[in-house]
Amino acid sequence: MIQTKTIVQELVKKHGNNRESLIPVLQGIVEKNNYITDEDIIEIANTLDISAGEIYGTTSFYTFLDTEKRGKYVIRVCKSIIAVMKGKAEIIKTIENILNIKVGETTPDNKFSLLEANDIGWSDKEPSMLINEKVYTELTPEKTTEIIESYLRD
Amino acid sequence: MTKMINLKINDIPVTVEEGATILDAAKKANFKVPTLCNHSDLCVAGNCRVCVVEQVGARNLQASCAVPAAEGMEILTSSAKVRRARKNIIELLLSEHRTDCTKCYKNGKCELQDLATEYAVGDNIYIDLVPFNDYSVDLSSPSIMKDDSKCIRCQRCVRTCAEMQQVAAIAVANKGSEQKISTFFDKPMANVVCTNCGQCIIRCPTGALVERNSIDEVFDAIYDPDKHVVVQTAPAVRIALGEDLDFEPGERVTGKLVTSLKLLGFDSVLDTDFTADLTIMEEGTELLTRLKKALVDGDKDVALPMTTSCSPGWIKFIEHKFPQLLSNVSTCKSPQQMFGALAKTYYAQKRNIDPSKIVSVSIMPCTAKKYEANRPEMRDSGYKDVDYVLTTRELARMIKQAGIDFKSLEDNNYDSIMGVSTGAAVIFGATGGVMEAAIRTAYEIVTGKEVPFKNLNITPVRGMEGVKEASVKIEGCVEDWKFLEGVELKVAIAHGLVNANNVLQAVKNGKADYHFIEIMACPGGCLGGGGQPIPTSLEIRNKRTAAIYEEDMNMPFRKSHENPEIKLIYEDFLGEPLGHKSHELLHTHYTEREAY
Ligand code: SF4
Ligand code: SF4
Ligand code: SF4
Ligand code: FES
Repeated sequence: MIQTKTIVQELVKKHGNNRESLIPVLQGIVEKNNYITDEDIIEIANTLDISAGEIYGTTSFYTFLDTEKRGKYVIRVCKSIIAVMKGKAEIIKTIENILNIKVGETTPDNKFSLLEANDIGWSDKEPSMLINEKVYTELTPEKTTEIIESYLRD
Repeated sequence: MTKMINLKINDIPVTVEEGATILDAAKKANFKVPTLCNHSDLCVAGNCRVCVVEQVGARNLQASCAVPAAEGMEILTSSAKVRRARKNIIELLLSEHRTDCTKCYKNGKCELQDLATEYAVGDNIYIDLVPFNDYSVDLSSPSIMKDDSKCIRCQRCVRTCAEMQQVAAIAVANKGSEQKISTFFDKPMANVVCTNCGQCIIRCPTGALVERNSIDEVFDAIYDPDKHVVVQTAPAVRIALGEDLDFEPGERVTGKLVTSLKLLGFDSVLDTDFTADLTIMEEGTELLTRLKKALVDGDKDVALPMTTSCSPGWIKFIEHKFPQLLSNVSTCKSPQQMFGALAKTYYAQKRNIDPSKIVSVSIMPCTAKKYEANRPEMRDSGYKDVDYVLTTRELARMIKQAGIDFKSLEDNNYDSIMGVSTGAAVIFGATGGVMEAAIRTAYEIVTGKEVPFKNLNITPVRGMEGVKEASVKIEGCVEDWKFLEGVELKVAIAHGLVNANNVLQAVKNGKADYHFIEIMACPGGCLGGGGQPIPTSLEIRNKRTAAIYEEDMNMPFRKSHENPEIKLIYEDFLGEPLGHKSHELLHTHYTEREAY
């Protein structure tokens, strides 16, 4: 992992020392380190003169601006009310069983993280999930098993 | 000349200035349109949509608080379409809301509840979503309770904290149904940059942000026959308490305030104004001493400009945001804490009461005072100096609970000792007041003459401008202060932390040549404090300000050093300003804190 101070300063130099640089700087950190730490946020807050609370609010708004340690593949199962009604719980259980982790956890080999996400935009095709940027819809336990196994073989 | 716009509201013609919103126009035509996210102190958010109106000919309803009035518009504020939409919105809000009004601190004073009543929202047509959300209640702060289950996400608090205070301790996090008002990594309020100023509380329309109250504890102390309960009242309480008890904003109720406290059963009703006068003696001397060190002794280490220290929201702000400037802050405790330290020492001795039996209560316009009283260093009397802090609002509630008909009360005077004060003390409640009081006394100490302003009214330091600057030329110094002859004393006054921040930036960058700066965390000073009656607006703050200066003009003494009880306490107990005893009881130190 690259040092907080250096990486933030480099990114600020690249994108500019103003409020508008916030998102590009945060993205830059995710690209380099996979996720954003609280130290990163404090450093950005000091540099761009934006409150740490506001920056946290921004990171929490965008699913891709992770603030927790993540595996290589991040699985996000949609937890909208429609998804719940269409059987989200079963999908989660299926994944949990295959990977032997619970929601919010990362496998010991750092390959998978399992998360729930707010509405990911496929409400007419629930249950749905994202694996990194790729969308999978109308999931069944069988279909889910197949998908996860294809990643396991990877 | 400003352009005028003509439009019709419910068929009634009305003319408004260009830039006015449809909501303003409706108000002018005497129609009330309900609002939630809108607040006169804040920029427009337009996110709640309860203020929708119909524009004849337009397909969509308009958020009247966000759309400017335009020439020829025909607006309907209560058409069938509008009513249906509005009711829908209210029902949706309630479906996510833990609507337990009878158990809620805001019951009877809640804008959401008022709307639900007005629109007779009965059995909700939407499913109750409260059980699905795992809402949390944050009780970590001694000043503020944050209950997410009561939050309608209007973001008035977020805008207050960012726009008026430039703290941005709270922000909107997450999206969709998960959206909430959150701190940095959702840490408890007590562990972040929040200054406890309570400005968010007085703008929150619901019970989501309220003060932590100590009403029961104070009643218990009063009922305990073993305890001697003393109460002090801050300057800004007497000019605002009436608003919660059927008086209009700007009506002074000092005498009734004293009577009601006696009826509630406090053993001694005393005045924070007394220690405000004492603050002037200590802080004035501290300023003159710092100036002497800098100008005569050539001491490079003395920190100037010196800033005031009576606003605990301001203190926490500088501890978080400009810790490198902490030596610029006066070491004087706030009047509340000076009073607390003296109540259990000086007062106890004089009245011959065992200090362990004294319970010291203060009535404050401020929620940050609750935090201040709980700071670990505020125990110089050997006990907790101030045991309980009540806001103006909590006192009004106690008066109501006790069934006291406040309006019909007679006037009474404060008890003695520590109950006599001056006009210089009461103006502590308004922005510029501490500065004015300090100049009234310091000028006279240095020159032996009264300040050269008509009726002692130093008007350049008064008013609602965010940052005020003034200078006073010192002429005709007495022997001891000859080194100040001809010096132009430069001062600045800031209220609202956004303005404090600007002044501090200038000081930090070496771009400010002031000697003395007064800073109050709240807009308008304490009279606009986070513990004052709700609602607040510039108009209300102006009325309170006028009341404060009226009170000043009506006091027999108007300069702190003329207060006979101040002379007495220096003779009998303290010795001299900045003396040994003062240092022990009346001065304090500050703590560097995290930037988030
Ligand atoms: S916040 Fe208002 S509507 Fe909600 S429970 Fe409290 S009083 Fe009732
Ligand atoms: S806490 Fe109050 S002011 Fe803030 S968003 Fe919620 S309801 Fe609005
Ligand atoms: S109390 Fe003041 S500083 Fe704290 S969140 Fe509210 S407005 Fe911001
Ligand atoms: S009051 Fe107009 S949108 Fe909220």
